[in-house]
Amino acid sequence: MQRSIILPVATRFLMPLMLVFSIFLLLRGHNEVGGGFVGGLVAASALMLYAISTSPSALWRLLPLDPRFIAGIGLLISLFSGFIPLFYEKPFMTGIWIETPLPVLGKIGTPTLFDLGVYVLVIGVVVWILLEFAEDE
Amino acid sequence: MIIYPILLPLIFAIITVLFWENQQVKRALSIISTGLLMIVNINIFFLVYREGIQVVQVGDWPAPFGISLVVDLFSAIMLLTTSIIAFLLAIYSFSGIDLARRKFGYFPLFQFLLMGVNGALCTGDLFNLYVWFEVMLMSSFVLIALGGERTQIEGAIKYVILNLLASTLFLSAIGLTYNLAGTLNMADLALRLQVVQTSGQVTVIAVLFLVAFGIKSAIFPLFFWLPASYHTPPVTITALFSALLTKVGMYTLIRFFTLLFPFESEFTHTIILTSAGFTMLTGVLGAASQTDLRRLLSFHIISQIGYIFMGLGLFTEYAIAASIYFLVHIILAKTALFLSAGMVESIQGSFDLKKLGGLYKHRIGLSMLFLLPALSVAGLPPFSGFFAKLGLIIAGLESKQYFIIGLALFVSLMTLFSMTKVWNEAYWKPPKDSQYADQQKPVSAWRWVPSITIVLFSVLLGLLANPIFEVCQMAAAQLMDPTQYIRAVLGMVR
Repeated sequence: MQRSIILPVATRFLMPLMLVFSIFLLLRGHNEVGGGFVGGLVAASALMLYAISTSPSALWRLLPLDPRFIAGIGLLISLFSGFIPLFYEKPFMTGIWIETPLPVLGKIGTPTLFDLGVYVLVIGVVVWILLEFAEDE
Repeated sequence: MIIYPILLPLIFAIITVLFWENQQVKRALSIISTGLLMIVNINIFFLVYREGIQVVQVGDWPAPFGISLVVDLFSAIMLLTTSIIAFLLAIYSFSGIDLARRKFGYFPLFQFLLMGVNGALCTGDLFNLYVWFEVMLMSSFVLIALGGERTQIEGAIKYVILNLLASTLFLSAIGLTYNLAGTLNMADLALRLQVVQTSGQVTVIAVLFLVAFGIKSAIFPLFFWLPASYHTPPVTITALFSALLTKVGMYTLIRFFTLLFPFESEFTHTIILTSAGFTMLTGVLGAASQTDLRRLLSFHIISQIGYIFMGLGLFTEYAIAASIYFLVHIILAKTALFLSAGMVESIQGSFDLKKLGGLYKHRIGLSMLFLLPALSVAGLPPFSGFFAKLGLIIAGLESKQYFIIGLALFVSLMTLFSMTKVWNEAYWKPPKDSQYADQQKPVSAWRWVPSITIVLFSVLLGLLANPIFEVCQMAAAQLMDPTQYIRAVLGMVR
């Protein structure tokens, strides 16, 4: 079957845009609409767009790790963010924030790290599930 | 400290996912995780025993707003029993779970299930409890369907549908509670419900919770999913479910009716006692008609749940203590029975009592692993079942509920009859198929070591009945005096 040229070309422009947008969503998520979950979904759909326009095996090559590992690492990051307060003798998952806001990132703290974990987890899980369904023709 | 029973299984579940392909590492991790969990829970038990109720406010949010984790003596006893069972089952699953299931995420699911159970035992927040129940159910849905045999899928569908229905009722009840009281923190809720106790709405909510957890813990007339599904997965998984899932439902009911609805005495407690009586009776009658070992044991789960429920219905301190002791007793004894059934199947390749036979002649040790817990479940002295039932009957005599006592004794006799039937058929009579007559197929050490350990625990529970029952009475005293719980969570009584 003849592949349309439109989709691969569009993907080449869309994919970086979507990935950047997903990080934007991740970072603004604490007090506004967005967050790790939504950001992760957008990033995963960018990756899946790539898989559809080229092939699932191309996405396998693109990913640095098995999606299962990505999901596991995401969970570990989120879990680790809960452990940080224990070093300050606060209960598990207490939010700890830095005093002065950083440039670009803004005011970050352990919830930001938690969100980052969710972001990575969602990318891993969604890509894992969809790649199970997708097969090369 | 008390958050670790929840975090440990989670950490190990994640690490197990990272080692998806390596079966050896996954097995080792599962033993290490449950072993650590057991050590942690022993520590928690002694901490609570010495220093009273332990509370953690997760995220440092103050009590009625954030999620509180609360461990009192009852929770601590349940946590300890759960982790002992989990450790032994983790060892048993070395040979009790086939390779295909081990490859397909049996180990991470086992950990997630434990996390859900521990979370439900620790939490002091109603909605959080719902979340833990969902964690538990999600894992159990997959565990029961894992392997994809035809009968399994059939059982899983019944299990899933009825449990989802129960979750919906649970969620609706939570919604109504929030509408009525404006809080879901259990300690805060207990205070506020005292103010509105005359409202009929409280009774409605109490009965809704009763139905929701009644389905989950398989009481009459809501138990039909259990015999339809519990015999389908491998026996290790059935043992896990019978030890943890229905018992957590029972734990929650005892918690709710002592902490949140203690004043609901006449109406709901009549319902509870009636239902308890029917649960005992239908369970044991169902068991009497079965010839499949696993189905028979599944019906006994229901029958024994009735006894625990009876203690709740009598609602005296002594009755609650007897219920707690009964919970521990039945978790140990029932798991031992399921594990011995698993070994019988590994030797003779069947659960059908008609095909089995002759085990006593060549396997005296193995037969004892069935006989001791079976006599304990039937309630013969000096085993733990005797003391558990004795406690309930004394409590019943004190509250002059003679009818339910008579029923409990009758059901006990029927249980003995049913266990004798299994003994006659599987162990005593000569086997029908002569090829089994002198079979010496070895049983893996991964199976008999945990089985012997659990039978030992069960026997010890009977021999040490006095000190253990005293601990249960302390736990019951804590339960019957909700101000201790409330003070521990909220700081002081307002």
